[in-house]
Amino acid sequence: MAKNKVPAVEGWFTMDAAEPRLLGSRCKVCGTFFFPKEADFCRNPACSSNEFEEVPLSTRGKLWSFTNNCYPPPKPYMAPAPFEPYIVAAVELETEKMVVLGQVAKGIEINHLSAGMEMELFLDTLFEDDDNEYIVWKWRPVS
Amino acid sequence: MEVETGLLTGCERIDEMSKEVAVLGVGMHPWGKWGKSFVEYGVKATRDALADAGIEWKDVQFVSGGDTIRNGYPGYVAGATFCQAMGWNGAKVASSYGACASGTQAINNARAQILAGMCDVALVVGADAAPKGFFAPVGGDRPDDPDWLRFRLIGATNPIYFGLWARRRMEAYGATAQDFAKVKVKNSRHGLHNPNARYRKEVTEEAVLSSAVVSDPLHLLDICATSDGGAAIVLTSMEFARKHTTAPIKIAGVSTVTPEFPSTVIEMPNFATDSAAAVSAPAVSFRDSIAAEAYEEAGLGPEDMSMAEVYDLSTALELDWYENIGLCKPGEAEKLLNDGDTTLGGRVPVNPSGGLGCFGEAIPAQAIAQVCEITWQLRGQAEGRQVENAKAGVTANQGLFGHGSSVVVTK
Repeated sequence: MAKNKVPAVEGWFTMDAAEPRLLGSRCKVCGTFFFPKEADFCRNPACSSNEFEEVPLSTRGKLWSFTNNCYPPPKPYMAPAPFEPYIVAAVELETEKMVVLGQVAKGIEINHLSAGMEMELFLDTLFEDDDNEYIVWKWRPVS
Repeated sequence: MEVETGLLTGCERIDEMSKEVAVLGVGMHPWGKWGKSFVEYGVKATRDALADAGIEWKDVQFVSGGDTIRNGYPGYVAGATFCQAMGWNGAKVASSYGACASGTQAINNARAQILAGMCDVALVVGADAAPKGFFAPVGGDRPDDPDWLRFRLIGATNPIYFGLWARRRMEAYGATAQDFAKVKVKNSRHGLHNPNARYRKEVTEEAVLSSAVVSDPLHLLDICATSDGGAAIVLTSMEFARKHTTAPIKIAGVSTVTPEFPSTVIEMPNFATDSAAAVSAPAVSFRDSIAAEAYEEAGLGPEDMSMAEVYDLSTALELDWYENIGLCKPGEAEKLLNDGDTTLGGRVPVNPSGGLGCFGEAIPAQAIAQVCEITWQLRGQAEGRQVENAKAGVTANQGLFGHGSSVVVTK
């Protein structure tokens, strides 16, 4: 029986498998973007707004930097056994002018990547238990 | 009017004098994995610092502790735990937590007490007993805490951030894994004869490059370990110091700055940088602002520094610091390293102590230890690693969640 697909964190991204979006927020007064969402106070020191709208963030951006993890990290990361190394990318979103982290698609090697490459968002399984697959956003090079 | 002018002149003179405090004594417990309580490390460092200053525990009027998140109730709320261990003496106490910058916070709080005339003699102390392996967030499910979530959702350990910054140097400036390894080679030589260093063994470039990759491009030997250790400083007013020594070492500037919005470099433990969509990035980045503030207070610049102790959480990060503290322009750090400028005997040795590469990190003690090292260097007591003709030095460091940390120490 297929497991339920549930987000690994609530409200940070849409569960639209075909065109997923990270969900940030934008200050209604000064226009600053936030990810994860800021809903209480604008962090622009020149703005005292407390009104925000939820906004889907750009799905593509340029690779700022990347690295990998070759050893199992401590909990609360739910590392599979045997451990599978993973790459983490920092991707620069042009409209939002911010860099957002995320794991990179399995099968991509470090030597496939270079700064400035165009990357796109997709959804993948972070870990599973008996009932659920826990879903998270990841980045992959635009093919 | 004449009277007022006279008063103003007097105030200005006091103001000029009162910018400095003296480092009268320093002490450390050697770094390592000793399996004892952090309190023991702090007490040993304290006793050494008091003896070095030539004063008694009862003379200490203010105790400024650097806290650790470990060891329960954030390091037993550090300052008072060390007071109790030394034997309650009624001193006033404060405790500071700024993650890796805790030590500088504690130094700055002690300095403020002295400069405000609230006390003449303060003890600054920090000590830690660290777990093995990766630093992990505090236990329990805390889905609102970015430090918990970064492990949960991305597996973004500290070395992941170090790896991102290191790879950025390669992509932006053409740095190589060999350059990073050379930092380790240099620092391993610097620390060879430092009695407080944990690792006192020469390391070759080949050894670094053949050690396991942790977070590409960083190898195991590019990344600092976590250590037990303790460091303490007796800080006093200049007036008090002059009664005890003819050549007091001075703290001329302290920086505990936070970033200016928007901070556009990805930092632990964040998922994203600030957005620069509405407000442009500031002219001076957070890391560039850290030492700049300490220089400004001291009325000195990077060209006046004889040495620097910087936070080499990774070898590549040491190269970033060369640029952040103004030793060279962006993109020139590899040249500075390869020309030998930052090696003992060079123009401005960096991490003459051996740095975190030889020590490992004992969080609340580390920024205090940086000042201990510069003090020994300025007194000419850094046996086996002495910087020639040392006149001034700068420390630099950064604590999680936006804590700048830098101290300028002079003769």
